[in-house]
Amino acid sequence: MALQTKVTRNSGVRLFLQTVIGRAYPRVIGSQRDPAWLFFDIFLPFLTMVGYVYIYRALKAPEEYIGFVVLGSAMTAYWINILWSMSSQLFWEKENGNLALYVMSPTSLMAILFGMASGGLFSTTIRALVILVLGNLLFHVNYIITSFWALFLVFVLTMVALYGLGMMLSSLFMLFNREAFHFANLLEAPVMLFSGFYFPVSAFNFWVAAAASIIPLTLGMDAIRQLVFPSTAQLGFLPVKLELIILVILSVVFLGGAFFSLRRMERLAIKQGRITDRLG
Amino acid sequence: METVKTTPTYEAKPGKLQTFRTSAWLGWMIESNWTDPFIFAVYSIIRPILTAAILIVMYLVIRGGDFSSADFVNLYIGNAFYILVGAAIQRVSFGIIDDREHYRTLKYIFIAPLQVPVYLIGRSVASILVSCFSVLFTLGFGILFLKMPIVLAEVKWGLFVAAFFLGMAVMMCMGLILGGWTLIIKNNPWSLGDSMGAGLLIFSGAVFPLSVLPTPLQWIGNALPISYWLALIRRALVPEIGRAYPMYTNLSDLQLLLILLAFTLLYAVLAVVVYKRFDIIARERGNIDMVSNY
Repeated sequence: MALQTKVTRNSGVRLFLQTVIGRAYPRVIGSQRDPAWLFFDIFLPFLTMVGYVYIYRALKAPEEYIGFVVLGSAMTAYWINILWSMSSQLFWEKENGNLALYVMSPTSLMAILFGMASGGLFSTTIRALVILVLGNLLFHVNYIITSFWALFLVFVLTMVALYGLGMMLSSLFMLFNREAFHFANLLEAPVMLFSGFYFPVSAFNFWVAAAASIIPLTLGMDAIRQLVFPSTAQLGFLPVKLELIILVILSVVFLGGAFFSLRRMERLAIKQGRITDRLG
Repeated sequence: METVKTTPTYEAKPGKLQTFRTSAWLGWMIESNWTDPFIFAVYSIIRPILTAAILIVMYLVIRGGDFSSADFVNLYIGNAFYILVGAAIQRVSFGIIDDREHYRTLKYIFIAPLQVPVYLIGRSVASILVSCFSVLFTLGFGILFLKMPIVLAEVKWGLFVAAFFLGMAVMMCMGLILGGWTLIIKNNPWSLGDSMGAGLLIFSGAVFPLSVLPTPLQWIGNALPISYWLALIRRALVPEIGRAYPMYTNLSDLQLLLILLAFTLLYAVLAVVVYKRFDIIARERGNIDMVSNY
């Protein structure tokens, strides 16, 4: 007698969540299988942070700037994750032959990207936390949190907007070939400079800082600095409340933009036959 | 009548020079032909300039706009030439990932009658050359816009050329050691070279003298060839200012050069031994055609 397995077909929200968990799983579990990444994904970036701290020490900068570097280095992890594990991920998936499988499957690419985002957020948060904790232990950074809830809200909104941006960019990368690597590489330095990872963004003139605010990390970091280093609040670019409102707007715009651009780019990629091509 | 030899001589393996030349050509094609020359040039220029700009703004925020001070000139030159450290270390190991996971050709390279380390070094030469242009552009930017006192007539060219090539050789050996390690890493191996390049900044004396660091970290810096290389480059490019940099002030240029030569020989031996070991492990574990991305 033949065995019959009952297959339950999920749809709607259940399918969406199942996809998110399914795509996040390899990122979370995969990182546990080979601890070598702890060395070059956490320890070496930590050394980079130490390097920037000692640059400020050599320049005899005020101690608050050491805190700026520690905070900026922790947030760098998220930007690197967005660039290399979100934006360019669909390009890598195409290279590996997975993209065609994703498109063929009955789930949405949006859910797959949410899965990537949550899985990536997990390992990136570990990296950011290690940098923060070790940075504090080594350099005795003095945080005075003026409002925990405001800080929590700023961080969450920054991450939502940032990963929304990553999802939007990933739809663009779906159409790329070899230029994907170079484009992601090119985006790294300008954002690190203009978002003020290692110094207050108010060091630039208003319009440069305003233009840089399109990257959620710019306002997110500026608000976090104001909330944890109150003595340097005068270096803030905009009031925290206004930054929160802008972050809400950026979150909506980027998530909505990701949804529409993903659908459009998917259709375009299918039309142009780019889902399976490996021209590079 | 002259006969044309059409059958290949199977006994003759390609020499190291031929392998190097061909892989360097391949590297150049991979590096440059993804776009038109203009975009390629813009790409090669923007990233290093903006990376240097991070330090410029940090300096500006703390010290104001005194860009001709010895501190800034030493920081700027160190930072500009550190681009090459990252390129040499990263690109040798990245060749392995690119060939294995993007082009899927690494297994064919391994079964071809050539020496893989020579191939990897050749393949990295193109991107190192591109990085040389980036360094030149960064220095040019400093001279033109920040009025940095680099006078071509005062440059010690002999010292510069000797130090430059020894430095590049030793860093490629470091890249080969990392390349071997890359072969056996399962998670995110592409970030190894980049992270190592960035992580070594602290021990290189590129942007601050080693004396700023706690003593045990200074030892690590002194055990790495990069700090000697950068000290020599500074002394060659801006002799007065470079000598004033508080690193190895008790050593003459010749002594520094000999130390760098000794490091080059030591790292060359290390690279051969370590790479061979990793190569064996990778073959045993079946890592040669592995795909690590997830």
